[in-house]
Amino acid sequence: MSKSKSTTSTFVVGIDLGTTNSALASVDVAGEEAHGVTPRDLVSRSGGDRSGGEKAPPIEHVPIPQVVAPGEVDRRPTLPSFLLLPTALEVPPEAMMLPWSGGAQPGYVVGEMARERGSELPDRLVSSAKSWLSFGGVDRAAAILPWRGAESEDETDEDSGGARVSPVEASARYLAHLRATWDQAHPDAPLGEQEVLLTVPASFDAVARELTVTAARQAGLEKLTLLEEPQAAFYSFLARTGDAWRKQLRPGDVVAVIDVGGGTCDFSLIAVSEQEGNLALERVAVGDHILLGGDNMDLTLAHAVTQKLAADGQKLKSSQYRGLVHACRRAKETLLGDKPPRSATITVLGGGSKIIGGTVKSKIDREEVEKLLVDGFAPVVAADAVPRVQRALGLRELGLPYATDPGVTRHLAAFLARHGRRPTAILFNGGVMKGSLLRRRIAEVVSSWYGGEEVRLLEGTDLDLAVAHGAAYYGMVRRGRGIRIRGGTARAYYIGVESAKPAIPGFAPPVKALCVAPFGMEEGTRVEVPGQELGLLVGEPTEFRFFASSNRKTDRPGQVVDPDEEELQELAPVLADLPAGDRPEAAGQLVPVTLASHVTEIGTLELWSSASDGRGRWKLEYSLREGGGE
Amino acid sequence: MSRFILAFRCFFKLLFTGRLPVAAGAYLPGKKDEAKALPEPKKEPADKAEKADKAEKKVAEVKPVIRPTGDLAAHHRDGALALLALLQREGRLVDFLRESLDSYEDADIGVAVRDIHRGCKKVIEEHFVLEAVMPGEEDTRVKVPAGFDPGEVRLIGKISGEPPFTGTLRHHGWRVTEVKLPTLTEGVDRRVLAPAEVEIASA
Repeated sequence: MSKSKSTTSTFVVGIDLGTTNSALASVDVAGEEAHGVTPRDLVSRSGGDRSGGEKAPPIEHVPIPQVVAPGEVDRRPTLPSFLLLPTALEVPPEAMMLPWSGGAQPGYVVGEMARERGSELPDRLVSSAKSWLSFGGVDRAAAILPWRGAESEDETDEDSGGARVSPVEASARYLAHLRATWDQAHPDAPLGEQEVLLTVPASFDAVARELTVTAARQAGLEKLTLLEEPQAAFYSFLARTGDAWRKQLRPGDVVAVIDVGGGTCDFSLIAVSEQEGNLALERVAVGDHILLGGDNMDLTLAHAVTQKLAADGQKLKSSQYRGLVHACRRAKETLLGDKPPRSATITVLGGGSKIIGGTVKSKIDREEVEKLLVDGFAPVVAADAVPRVQRALGLRELGLPYATDPGVTRHLAAFLARHGRRPTAILFNGGVMKGSLLRRRIAEVVSSWYGGEEVRLLEGTDLDLAVAHGAAYYGMVRRGRGIRIRGGTARAYYIGVESAKPAIPGFAPPVKALCVAPFGMEEGTRVEVPGQELGLLVGEPTEFRFFASSNRKTDRPGQVVDPDEEELQELAPVLADLPAGDRPEAAGQLVPVTLASHVTEIGTLELWSSASDGRGRWKLEYSLREGGGE
Repeated sequence: MSRFILAFRCFFKLLFTGRLPVAAGAYLPGKKDEAKALPEPKKEPADKAEKADKAEKKVAEVKPVIRPTGDLAAHHRDGALALLALLQREGRLVDFLRESLDSYEDADIGVAVRDIHRGCKKVIEEHFVLEAVMPGEEDTRVKVPAGFDPGEVRLIGKISGEPPFTGTLRHHGWRVTEVKLPTLTEGVDRRVLAPAEVEIASA
């Protein structure tokens, strides 16, 4: 038996690069390779898609050492995805050192200390870097974070502190920290050489995926594959239930994966079908990136309690606000959990050294929490509900496009209506969903949309760590253990082509959208775009408009649609730079080219143009400059 | 290493290599942290290291007193300070113990104590694994076997004869089976358990 060429790593590592928390899980696969068992053998022995046939190596959760307080490094289950960029007056550089850095002072810190200290230095704190990665309204490769950071006196002098980084750089720093802690624990098996499965929101488009890969490469992760988070959560369910999932799901079932994290909501639909006697899984739809999550709930409660305190004549000092949010989170978890008490006490110790004297106390009833959180975030709505869009003012502060409607059920209704599939089961994910009251409410509402027929709840996953766990399991699936969810690209992609029309003064030539990659294009596949040749301007960078649609599932490559269709979303433009040097005769002219697209094994989308005369082939690059706009 | 030997090493190492031994670093004046950890001998060794190159005679005058080196003592001290800082940060323990309870009603104290208890408990649970030395219901009869460790089981009352003994378990004892303390990096003054907080009003 020969060893498989592609699998020289000894670990398969799942990384959940979360909006608010990142986690790591790993499987030691050294044992099975030492025994000369190749993935192919596992497939043939286990009948191709069975996960229970062999004893799989266990998936282990990896705790992450990080700076938790000045000069103090401790292990935590997750790495809070926060980056603090303080000046030396705000946090002394030696307080942020890591024991393995050999005395180097990076001048920034990620993780728990960044989150805690950052709450006191909001202008220096980078948070939700991941959401910025998918936000086309800004230049995502430019140093724009912290977004609201105070303008430092001298922007060019990085040493004066108050530095800024790009969303890509911030993500790279979280990943680099994970890599450093891993390498520290596994000096013989550095993470750069291991097979890494990195999760991204299902809603990430081709550009955001490309940027995630850039960040990972910057952090030194070489053997990389992307995986959608709701799929990872589903893989975790498969791993935890073993073969029993075959009894829980039947052909025809559609599972709605509802992933509500600290700051984002992500939906996917996974359909179960039967193929040649075996169950098959396919991810059939993904939702949009919705910036709404558990943190909104904690703030809602904190706001309500602040008002109560004010009514009682008690006053909170600003230094106590953070304690209040923590206390509200605890109250939320108690009152939304199983067997909740009638009420929970909210205590915030005094901010100064006199803690008993300064203690502020309030109480919140179960009914209040149900009204505020369950009715507020999971309102009972009809199947045709749509999220409310509030645009009260003509001017709006530029920043992340936070959801204006907190009703998760309304977003869900719109998602299901758009895709026209009826879910028969729900898999919840994300820490917020620990509240059984919330889970039940959402299930009831969904069931009411389909004549009250019961919607099953799939249980058994760890809501906080399932994504990293499932990602590591997917690594095993790729090695031939267990069933794979088919899916491919979650969108169809289009390129904007200028029509050849006689010029009309005052009007830009009309643009049509040419489908270059269909919905559901599988990893490792390539399509040529048939149809007429296109003229590509040589000798200077040319910009194409770039569109995507998660609804148009039947468009084939070469199909032309109207870009003004509501179903088409404009992404960052695509750049082509065809050097004129090779063809001096053509400078300033249009060269005939054909287009092709390629979904890489990593999970990114590449666009290529080839000269029709066979003289060259060029990759089109995503431009990260501000998106084309309306 | 005793300071006596260290002083000798300082002399010869400086003479022949032009450098002080690493262990002498703890006694150098710039290292104020370590110096303060050893209130009694702090002046002497610091001076010693400085003057080691000056006079051979002085080295001979050092009294041979054996003490932990500055490194070890500072290490112990920093460990204790870090634990105290943890209890303060998570459970506000120092604030609580330093506050006078005289002017507060028991109910007010109770409200605060629940929070302090939760925070300190978290520190203990996250950093120490505890178990009972003698598992079993307290105030029930237990047997103390022959060959027991008197450091683990404290016998109370009138004891005669040889073990095994039978008696009543008064306290099951506590034993730490695992310590998971954070790693402390260099260069941070651990004596600051909690920094002063000053809020700068935005203009």
